Amino acid sequence: MSDAVIVSIRALKRSFGEVRAVDDIDLDIREGEFLTLLGPSGSGKTTVLRMIAGFEKPDSGTITLAGKDVSQLPPYERDVNTVFQDYALFPHMNVLENIEYGLRVKGVSKEERRTQALVALKQIRLEGYEARKPAQLSGGQRQRVALARALVNKPSVLLLDEPLGALDLKLREQMQIELKALQREVGITFIFVTHDQEEALTMSDRIAVFNHGKIEQLGAPREIYENPKSEFVSEFVGQTNRIELDGKKINIRPEFVSSAHSGAGDRSIKATLRDEIFVGATTRYLFDTEPGFSMISTQPNNGLKIGDAVTLSWQREKEFLVQ
Amino acid sequence: MQSIANTMHKKPKLRLVALLTAPILWLVVAYLGALATLLVTAFFTIDSFTGNVVQTFNLGNFQDMFTDAAYKNVVLRTLGIAISVTVICTILAIPMAFYMAKIAKPKSQKILVALILTPLWASYLVKIYAWRTMLEPGNGVLDWLLGPIGFNSPGFGGPAIIIGLSYLWLPYMILPIYAGLERLPNNLLDASGDLGAHNWYTFRRVVLPLIFPSLVAGSMFTFSLSLGDYITATIIGGKLQMLGNVVYQNFSINLPFAATIATIPVTIMAIYLWMVRRTGALASL
Repeated sequence: MSDAVIVSIRALKRSFGEVRAVDDIDLDIREGEFLTLLGPSGSGKTTVLRMIAGFEKPDSGTITLAGKDVSQLPPYERDVNTVFQDYALFPHMNVLENIEYGLRVKGVSKEERRTQALVALKQIRLEGYEARKPAQLSGGQRQRVALARALVNKPSVLLLDEPLGALDLKLREQMQIELKALQREVGITFIFVTHDQEEALTMSDRIAVFNHGKIEQLGAPREIYENPKSEFVSEFVGQTNRIELDGKKINIRPEFVSSAHSGAGDRSIKATLRDEIFVGATTRYLFDTEPGFSMISTQPNNGLKIGDAVTLSWQREKEFLVQ
Repeated sequence: MQSIANTMHKKPKLRLVALLTAPILWLVVAYLGALATLLVTAFFTIDSFTGNVVQTFNLGNFQDMFTDAAYKNVVLRTLGIAISVTVICTILAIPMAFYMAKIAKPKSQKILVALILTPLWASYLVKIYAWRTMLEPGNGVLDWLLGPIGFNSPGFGGPAIIIGLSYLWLPYMILPIYAGLERLPNNLLDASGDLGAHNWYTFRRVVLPLIFPSLVAGSMFTFSLSLGDYITATIIGGKLQMLGNVVYQNFSINLPFAATIATIPVTIMAIYLWMVRRTGALASL
């Protein structure tokens, strides 16, 4: 990753009827980074991606790709490739033909494109699947073919539109790791769209959090998580306890709230356990506190029973304020 | 009622019999029966004096048909017309269907489908007589419209038949293609463009192969309907005859020979379906 900017978005706007899908966005994407556009559905993240790809035209504003204004260019004149949400593999072509498609369009010779496609196929560990049709592949395999079909063109930017959304949890987690590894290996800039905050936190170098067509916050995953700049970001990325203490509104993440008697923090509060939700490795405990509000604490399973009186404590430094 | 329902529920075979007897009877007796009668009659002959059908098996009709050059010409002409109509309908239908399925707004899509269907509500004869007045040499609508810019109506004959039939069968081509394009996901078009393909390339490599089964479905209508037509030829064909006309003329004077001629379009259609089947298009209909 370098500091050079590969995609530069300025004052980008796009409306659908009355809805301002993308509302005056500025964003610089660095060469070689893994940038995630994170937000709920309808927040404008996909529209931004589609405008970078060229499937949508902006109402106003510019998109510069490697120093060239591409805002008004059709998709086939932009040096970017897309991995689509439901893969969009060509059903009448086999795996190899799908991967070769982009090279074939560019007029690469038959031997050359075969060689490159086979390299790509190896990269995604699907050797031996050349002659399969997309319908004969599992979701995860289709996903990989879609990736290879895009990457074989060596675009300067790869756009990924919720590519893991259709996979089951186990496969999704595995693909997250693979994708990240692949991105490091090929060194291509990835722009990744997702509504899954966990996915965004795991994979990204930087995250742009979208809401109502605007970027609420842009930063590294840790920065976004530990220091959310707005109420929306704190709510959308991870869970948060929003409480009022000593007349001040403060936020504290559930995993920083402990109910152990050792009192690990410099802030403490008396509470009784109202309910618990078992989530596997941890349990989410819901407490009624003495001042009257309720708080959630996520901890390893600790054998607390409903009605137990405890002292909740946490470090002040883990608190964050929100405008 | 209750007891009938109970009996039916317990006996799946009885249920099947009740469900399918009528349609199977119809299919076997009225449809395949007629076809078999046609085939058998083709081998009969006619008493030249009384004009009655003589039910003895012989190949005389087929010999006459294959040796007389006039019939060969009619077959080739009919084939040529059916192919031209199919090609013209395909060329006209693809952009129309594409506009309807991929460009028009959902609301106007439905209106367009209804508009495509409206000509089918009018009588065949009315439409062909309308074309007669349009094509009429000298004082037809076409001459009146195109005369000032130096064009003439083609008059009655082969071109008129092709125009008339293309007009008649166009909806049968548009609708299957429209349905095929509806099923074609938009993101395949996006993906092709994203991978560097211009629109024409995308059309050839992605759209055309994927709607091929729809083209075949449409062509089966336009091709077979053209192959069997004789009314259009009678009204706007001038002196030109198609296979149907020959069948029609022989129908009252030499029924076995009419049946023999009628086996030709049936055979051509069978060959066409067999060829189409080999492309695998029928499997994905």
